[in-house]
Amino acid sequence: MLQLFLSFFKIGLFTFGGGYAMLPLLQDEIVRRRRWATDEELMDYYSIGQCTPGIIAVNVATFIGTRHYGKAGGCLATLAIVLPSMIIITLIAAVLARYMHNEYLTHAFAGIRIAVTALILNTFFDMWKKGVKGYFGYTVFALAAVILFFFNLSAVLIVIAAALTGLLPGIARRKKTK
Amino acid sequence: MIYWLLFYEFFKVGLFAIGGGLVTVPFLFDLSEHYAWFSTKELADMIAIAESTPGPLGVNMATFAGYKTAGIPGAVAATFGLVLPSLVIIMIIAGLLKKFKDNPYVRQVLSGIRPAVMALILMAGYEIARLAILSFENFILFVLFALSIRFYKASPVFYMIVAAVVGIIFKL
Repeated sequence: MLQLFLSFFKIGLFTFGGGYAMLPLLQDEIVRRRRWATDEELMDYYSIGQCTPGIIAVNVATFIGTRHYGKAGGCLATLAIVLPSMIIITLIAAVLARYMHNEYLTHAFAGIRIAVTALILNTFFDMWKKGVKGYFGYTVFALAAVILFFFNLSAVLIVIAAALTGLLPGIARRKKTK
Repeated sequence: MIYWLLFYEFFKVGLFAIGGGLVTVPFLFDLSEHYAWFSTKELADMIAIAESTPGPLGVNMATFAGYKTAGIPGAVAATFGLVLPSLVIIMIIAGLLKKFKDNPYVRQVLSGIRPAVMALILMAGYEIARLAILSFENFILFVLFALSIRFYKASPVFYMIVAAVVGIIFKL
């Protein structure tokens, strides 16, 4: 349980730029080091976190905590992931507001953003074989990517549409056997 | 009572903001118009600050508004309110998923979703890239990072710290 708290505290502390920026950290800590989930499960948690109310990063933390240590684990992981931002933001609101426009910080974060871009791309390639399988997988991936890129449709709708698409091969197979 | 009000208002944001991140922004603008908790300008500043502080924007904003209004207990009340709806919902879904993991329909649905999530990940990478890679210099750095991440599998935290130092040295 302590490890659960520490892992998510660390992830909360180093997540810059929202839910998907957290993905490389989750993959490293949760899948590779702790083996609390597989890459596939992580994708499932993201899709569920995307379609349910609330913040994706928090949802994924709750999910993993609950799966491994029950309800108490879910609460603990959630607390751990929000605690770093609560502390930091309280400090900023209290004393550091001016400091935020510091030149060094700006340069540091410009650097971090570049690393985060590379990290997300790396995670994408790591997960590719497990996430996109066969012609069906390629088709769904390509359609989702094109729709996202050109039509700027809500991610929630994409996930729901993909879920329904997942049922299609099964239905087609059943019709054939009839 | 102010704590209750903070809890209640952020509870509503947590319940209705589906999709995370910037989806919470319109809800927060709404709050800034209804209450004197934070101004629209402060919200805009906060969105900028949230980009260079760790943690999800919604959580940062709830903490900020709560703290400004009612000190540390206010920050706790607002953040707890924001997180509570999803905490309950996710716990229920986690229970159901455990039970129905081997159901063929659930498996089919998940098999359809996974490639779509991959597209979402790629898109998220693209969105961050647009903010991160602004010059040829940045691009070279990006390629160097991408290659070293691929071949020396060190912790992501390590790469972020290196990137922060590189950012300061080269005045990115």
